[in-house]
Amino acid sequence: MAHNIVDGSIAVGDKTVALQGTRTILLVGVGGQGTILAGNILAMAAAEAGLDVKVSEIHGMSQRGGSVSTVIRVGEKVESMVCDPGCADIVVAFEVVEALRAQQFLRAGGAMFVNDEQIVPVSVNVGTFTMPEDAPARLDAIGAVRIDAGGIARAVGSPKSANVVLVGALSTALPFSVEEWEDAIRRRVPPATVDANLEAFARGRAAASRTR
Amino acid sequence: MSKQLLSGNEAIAQGAWEVGASVGVGYPGTPSTETLEALVAKDGIYCEWSPNEKVALEVGIGASLGGVRALVTMKHVGVNVAADPFMSVANTGVNGGLVLLAADDPSCYSSQNEQDSRIYAAFARIPCLDPSDSQEAYDMARAAFALSERFDTIIMLHETMRIAHTRTMVEVAGERAVPEQPAYESRPEKYVMMPANAVRRTLAANEREDALLAWADETPLNRIELRDRSVGIICAGALYTHVREALPEASVLKLGMTWPLPAGKIAEFAAAVDKLYVVEEACTYLETRVRALGMPVQDPPGGRLPRSGEVTPAHLRAAFGIEDPAHLPVAEGLPPRPPALCAGCPHRLVYCELRRLKAIVTGDIGCYTLGAVAPFRSVDSVIDMGASLSMAHGMELAGAGQKAGRPIVGVIGDSTFAHSGITSLLGTVYNGGTGTLCILDNRTTAMTGTQGNPVNGVTLAQQAAHANPLDNPVGKPLDLVKLCEAIGVDEVEVVDAQDLQAIRAALKGATSRTDKLSVIIFQAPCRLLDRSRRPMPSFVNCRRCGTCVKIGCPALGKDETGHPVIDPAQCIGCGQCAQSCPFGCIIQEG
Repeated sequence: MAHNIVDGSIAVGDKTVALQGTRTILLVGVGGQGTILAGNILAMAAAEAGLDVKVSEIHGMSQRGGSVSTVIRVGEKVESMVCDPGCADIVVAFEVVEALRAQQFLRAGGAMFVNDEQIVPVSVNVGTFTMPEDAPARLDAIGAVRIDAGGIARAVGSPKSANVVLVGALSTALPFSVEEWEDAIRRRVPPATVDANLEAFARGRAAASRTR
Repeated sequence: MSKQLLSGNEAIAQGAWEVGASVGVGYPGTPSTETLEALVAKDGIYCEWSPNEKVALEVGIGASLGGVRALVTMKHVGVNVAADPFMSVANTGVNGGLVLLAADDPSCYSSQNEQDSRIYAAFARIPCLDPSDSQEAYDMARAAFALSERFDTIIMLHETMRIAHTRTMVEVAGERAVPEQPAYESRPEKYVMMPANAVRRTLAANEREDALLAWADETPLNRIELRDRSVGIICAGALYTHVREALPEASVLKLGMTWPLPAGKIAEFAAAVDKLYVVEEACTYLETRVRALGMPVQDPPGGRLPRSGEVTPAHLRAAFGIEDPAHLPVAEGLPPRPPALCAGCPHRLVYCELRRLKAIVTGDIGCYTLGAVAPFRSVDSVIDMGASLSMAHGMELAGAGQKAGRPIVGVIGDSTFAHSGITSLLGTVYNGGTGTLCILDNRTTAMTGTQGNPVNGVTLAQQAAHANPLDNPVGKPLDLVKLCEAIGVDEVEVVDAQDLQAIRAALKGATSRTDKLSVIIFQAPCRLLDRSRRPMPSFVNCRRCGTCVKIGCPALGKDETGHPVIDPAQCIGCGQCAQSCPFGCIIQEG
């Protein structure tokens, strides 16, 4: 049981991508949504493109339905592993309320991709708080790209691949080739689900390209 | 040689394995837990969970005396539990290399305090290594064992959550070499800490301190990086990376060893820069010591760094007058999303009943600490592991229950009971205490990721083999009933934690027996172990009283009319809501 100890082995290839400075990607969501797998795919794509990578996760409460976040920083030489307010080049939110909660981390001119789905927290269920009714409009106002990742995942026959749909959206904002992303996905998802996940990636990428 | 993306914990396990550590032992605790879980998966090394950190360190000391290299892992508060053997092994020294991994948690992401473990290293006068990323964690884990043997001392390998749980690139050698083990020899003058020997060993520790002080100035673990000399910063650990991020031009004295401090290098660095600053978090460990060396440490121009909590590049920018990047404000009107007890969690109904009883609950450390938050709000105190039971006794001595007209109930989990609740219970029985103590036995150490423990009998090796912990354990499971009876508890009862009526009856009975000490063992497996599902319940003639929603199930909400709604994606058909409905309107089939 316990944690999945990640097989960290990486074939570090020739450098295929040059980045000016360091890119900071913040993944936010709700425990159990697959943010960690999405982070691993990105980290692997970056490492195999010859870049330095740091992936910082907050553990401990991830299986208890709380807010979760992963910071991935990639570049020639990555120093800090933290993302402060105004420092995320890209925010990928797996849930609408979590997207708004993360808005102050996005830098001016940064990109935000949001899974257009709302998960009601217990604090709302028990009547202490309410869901923000205007969440989609608020996200549109800050220039977030909303994607029906759950719907796309169901359409490709793999409801659990919503996280890979979002990786597809994210891929439009980073300079790695489609082949590099696909290779990372092949090595990170269960073998039986590779085709569905590659399709989920392609449709997420197309959805983000259309909307942006 | 290969390059891997490893967390600090995985890197430490890899390094320890490569230099031939033969025993790994610890108690699970965020952010240290994955170290032993990574280590046990490797060939040629034996690893186990101990009931608590004191036992773990003592097992490690025994292994070291027995001639092998041993790694002992724990979180910062675990070092408190292990402090007794720790302070004395600092006098005896070691045989095989002995390394204590102490994992701190600035900002208390998963902890009850944010104490700095390095103060223990200074207290015991033993070397402390402080990595800044996984590569250094790996390198320092490799170096630590030889250092331990060379200076005849236990070594503290210190990390914070950001090091433990950040994956960074590591050049890994990948090969294991076990050093030759000397034959065991009895050396009572070194290892029997009776007064005469202890005094002599203290003198040996003085000599060791002198040798370490000299070495601190030589080792490349501490390095001066001269850039712009107008600003010089002394830092260690994750803070080094934050300084490089926020102040890339600043000169830095990077400390890889934070006890003892390199007095010569610090003076050399202070002389080479115009202004000297110390950057650290949650503590003034370094600053106090650098000032004590007579160095002219200044406060940053923008004001002192926070006295508590993590320090990040944003704090450094503010302290050194660098403008923060523009960003949107914190969004308003959002519902908080703290962690919650899982759908079907066996702790839920017990807390619903404790809430009904308006009990004064002394709580403990684990998932069930969540009984303190909405919608239960039925835990009055959480201090440290085991405190629930002993504090309930103290509350009784204070007459708190009688004065408030509320029953006092101590609540502890199974792993925490084995960790340090047994002695607490013994103290209450021994002194004729009365009251109600609940052991929430969910058959695992859930909060840290379903580790084995003495109550379920699942070993670390078995856990590594992905055995289902509910199947036959390899170790010997503790019989809680027999234990409580042997200690001398008046009334011991085992109750199904998924049966609301039984919980109600047991708590009512126990709290009414004011002249007796009762232990109720609420038993049902954690939902992370038992993934079985039953059909989703349905509502018939619901009166919208809202009782079911107040059990705080993540799968249960309300529509605009106040009618309860079940989220089919989250519901596992546990039936807790059906049991809680006062009008029998929730029908659970199957």
